[in-house]
Amino acid sequence: MSNREVVVTGLGATTPLGGDVATTWSALLEGRSGITNLPEEWHEKLPVHFAGIAAVDPSEKLERHRLRRLDRTQQFSLVAAREAWTDAGAPEVDPLRLGAVVSSGIGGILTILNQYDTFREKGWKRVSPFTVPMLMPNSPAAAVALEFGARAGAHSPVSACASSAEAIADAIDMIRSGRADIVIAGGTEAAIHPLNIASFAAMRALSTRNDDPQGASRPFDVTRDGFVMGEGAGILVLESAEHAAARGARVYAVAAGAGYTCDAHDIVQPDPSGEGQARAIHYALEDADLEPADIFHINAHATSTPAGDTGETRAIRSALGDITDQVAVTSTKSMTGHLLGGAGAVESIATILALRDGTVPATINTDQLDPEVAVDVVLDKPRDLPTGDIAAINESFGFGGHNIALVFRRA
Amino acid sequence: MAYSDKEILDGLGEIIDEIAGVPAGDVTPEKSFVDDLDIDSLSMVEIAVAAQDKFGVEIPDDQLKDLKTVQDVIVFIQK
Repeated sequence: MSNREVVVTGLGATTPLGGDVATTWSALLEGRSGITNLPEEWHEKLPVHFAGIAAVDPSEKLERHRLRRLDRTQQFSLVAAREAWTDAGAPEVDPLRLGAVVSSGIGGILTILNQYDTFREKGWKRVSPFTVPMLMPNSPAAAVALEFGARAGAHSPVSACASSAEAIADAIDMIRSGRADIVIAGGTEAAIHPLNIASFAAMRALSTRNDDPQGASRPFDVTRDGFVMGEGAGILVLESAEHAAARGARVYAVAAGAGYTCDAHDIVQPDPSGEGQARAIHYALEDADLEPADIFHINAHATSTPAGDTGETRAIRSALGDITDQVAVTSTKSMTGHLLGGAGAVESIATILALRDGTVPATINTDQLDPEVAVDVVLDKPRDLPTGDIAAINESFGFGGHNIALVFRRA
Repeated sequence: MAYSDKEILDGLGEIIDEIAGVPAGDVTPEKSFVDDLDIDSLSMVEIAVAAQDKFGVEIPDDQLKDLKTVQDVIVFIQK
């Protein structure tokens, strides 16, 4: 049971670029930015006036009475999960063999803040009786489990911006260990609120390029000045290869392996040596039973922060050595912004589609490549990948020193 | 201010549609909240608060649990 191969059979996403996977993917290939201005009334109090707001509001996709009892993180996760489930062919599966691993980096913070406003203005009786099941960090996993009757287990690993990559890693394990045949896995974030913008701005993590919002997320560029907050969700249907084959499912890619490490260096700064990041790649390759030479593409974490992006490229080179020269590296955050707890899943979807279509989206806005960048970044236009048995990596890191590398192999 | 049974029924229909997604037309006096309209206890709390806002009658928690049907609520508000 321990070596069961895990494949990807369904994809779903709702992002600043589109309300589904197809729209998001075509926008990524076109090099479009999903960043827009925040409401005017927020500008005066905040140093940042833009974000990656979801292109399609979940209120357009979910029933009205359900919206009021679901936090926005749950709403995004349900929209993406429904798409992924349909995309997987709405598989027939024993509920006891179906799992859900869905994360959020921050949890139901919009519910907390909105209900606190209600409490202060109107008193405790006007606080929604659904406040607790909306704010709890496991609420997206629970909502997805409830929607699809996933009774094998519902989990929500939390590791800040690595959360949904960790969810996918845990889902792979859940299938390999024999606990489930299918797992709905991914992550979601919905934290665009003045307090959260202020909180990230207070740590000087956000770009303040207010005169050029769509150019603000510029990973690897010498003038990058911080990340751009985004919102949305990505969900994958992961399935044992055996189960997928038995039902004749269409397979996007093999979810070949995962590597987890922690820097244990600083609560927010990445370890400048990149040792933990490089080790995550090593572990992931080992777990996938692959060599550096199998890797031709990396969807980098690269959030457009001064320290993060170049450090990551050094870590990639230290992990892959000279093989790094064959690897097309991109940061799709240049277009989506940073979806925090949703990032790893949305970027895993981009990684999988790059393998499927044999093309890597270009990083946009990188007008002047930082000379410290130690990898080959795809710029200007999408780049073709070789045909044949190749693999790609999605990297996700989170405050707290969490590093996750996921390896996907062409099916 | 006094309301007719019809006014209360229509008002409850709107509230229940909004909160629980049950079409207002399905909200008729004889219906049981739990058995017929599939409304859970947390939604009942929301409905009671909304009914208070609409009709100015507070429904205390210890009495809310005894209101089983739509008619029970109409009678309570009329009292």
